Amino acid sequence: MSTLKLDGVVAGYGQGDILRGVSLEVEAGSVMCVIGPNGAGKSTILRAVSGLLRPRAGSIAVDGQPIASLKPREVLSRGIVHVPQERSLFPQMTVWENVLLGAHVLGDRARARRRIEEVAERFPILRERRNAHAGSLSGGEQKTVELARALMLDPKLIMLDEPSMGLDPKARQRVFTTIRGLNETGLTVLLVEQNARAGLEIADEGAVMDGGVVKLRARGRELLDDPRVGALYLGAPITPREAAPEPTR
Amino acid sequence: MSRLTRTGVLRAVVVFGALAAFPFVFPAQWIVNIAIFTLMYAGLATAWNLLGGFSGYLSLGHAAFFGVGAYAIAIAFTHIGIGGSGYKPFFALPLVGIVVALVSVPIAWVALRVRAATFAIVTLTLLFVVQQLAFNLHHLTHGSQGLALPPPPFDVSTFEQPFYFAMLGVFALAFFTCWWVKGSKLGLMLFSIRDDEDRARGVGVRVTGAKVIAFALSVGFTGMLGGVWAYYIQFIYPQFAVDPLITIGAVLMAFLGGKGTVWGPTVGAFILVPAQQYMAYKLGASELYLLGYASVFLLIMLFLPRGIIPSISDHLARRRSGRPDEPPGAVASAPRATLPGGMAP
Repeated sequence: MSTLKLDGVVAGYGQGDILRGVSLEVEAGSVMCVIGPNGAGKSTILRAVSGLLRPRAGSIAVDGQPIASLKPREVLSRGIVHVPQERSLFPQMTVWENVLLGAHVLGDRARARRRIEEVAERFPILRERRNAHAGSLSGGEQKTVELARALMLDPKLIMLDEPSMGLDPKARQRVFTTIRGLNETGLTVLLVEQNARAGLEIADEGAVMDGGVVKLRARGRELLDDPRVGALYLGAPITPREAAPEPTR
Repeated sequence: MSRLTRTGVLRAVVVFGALAAFPFVFPAQWIVNIAIFTLMYAGLATAWNLLGGFSGYLSLGHAAFFGVGAYAIAIAFTHIGIGGSGYKPFFALPLVGIVVALVSVPIAWVALRVRAATFAIVTLTLLFVVQQLAFNLHHLTHGSQGLALPPPPFDVSTFEQPFYFAMLGVFALAFFTCWWVKGSKLGLMLFSIRDDEDRARGVGVRVTGAKVIAFALSVGFTGMLGGVWAYYIQFIYPQFAVDPLITIGAVLMAFLGGKGTVWGPTVGAFILVPAQQYMAYKLGASELYLLGYASVFLLIMLFLPRGIIPSISDHLARRRSGRPDEPPGAVASAPRATLPGGMAP
């Protein structure tokens, strides 16, 4: 059974449609990486799944249960978390408070405190920088704390929107290693990434979006070598190396 | 999230123990009188901090609820007859607080739909609406003629003491509520709203509920303090019971001590009120006391621009970490997120 299934999803802002019939399946326990040019609708998929954007048509289901009409809070309570593209920590709050907020919808303080101790085992930075203001952390540290916060609900699906954006190569490497590590614990990952090479290298499956629809879908490494990716992504056939442009700074 | 540390508890025990002993150590009436107003403003600033400091919603209308509390006690005396003076009005204070808090819920629900400067203006408008009501509901408030309360039958030599302890009781209630909220789930919700309300909503915080609860708690304590004040003053007029300067004083004290901290508003009140009152006693005739009062405020703002408690905490943290102090006026080390409220569930 697939964890997440989108079928013919149409969604957008105002009068315009960004997603024009997206169909996509993410298998339980896998890493799915969605790549594509700017404006293809990659991030919009995540917003539609997380309840921030209500689809105009089509269906979204998790483990066979429709979620397209749920509110963000209800989606969260189903174990689906979304780490957005931009920095999403509360800068004036401490690292510990930020992570505790991740378990907010649990409504059970004791459980939240137990969970944060578990999460802190995986992410030592939580204890090391416990009382630091989140806004004083480096970009890589902030992204790590965001990932830790996302794990507070013990999710079954984590959706990451360009987690490497704005990070230096070393921090970027650490983030991708962390994502792979999370997946090895059984967590399903839906990753949207501009850095196609890095994303597809850790992905079990990849999908290439263009014009609001999924144009290609294959095993992650196969996509890296697929010349059609270059045609869709950069407008011309490319070598595998060219398929992974550095993110624009 | 603040935790109940041994140092914190010890500090609270020492401070409140000293406050309980104060009128016995310094029984002079003029000193206890200053202490009553100090406790009143400490309570007002602490209550305001529950909303303004914790959630970032800067209310300028709290004096409206101070006035409602004051008139509630006065009207209970004159129209309902709560059983004469003495200690009985003090026992009515919890009821005043609860009623003010409940009445504020629909007001909060509407007012908190707007943010920042608009919220400040809405609350300021509310203050003037309540003041006008106090002028115009003549049959209840006696309008500009004022409303008299029966003189309390307390011994002249210790006349101030019951009011002192009533103020201390309400202040302590507000203070420990503030302390509890800071370490609670409600506190976490309010701080996230203060940082970025849209983002807080995105992580599942029920922002409206949290804000309304903070508003109700905040104005509930404010109303109770108004009740004690009215009984102490014995004669209330709309322009003094619903006075913008009461709010402004409380807000200044919270900013001076450090808004968003538990001890900040108390520290601010304990510096500003005695300074103001003492200088008014000593320099009142020449009105130079206003210059002195302003000087105290300006000096603290110049050297401790983020408020006393946050500035000292930062200084101590930097000393521990070996980093140099930032010059006064420098932007706080924690940079603000530059992107608009990113929403994520």
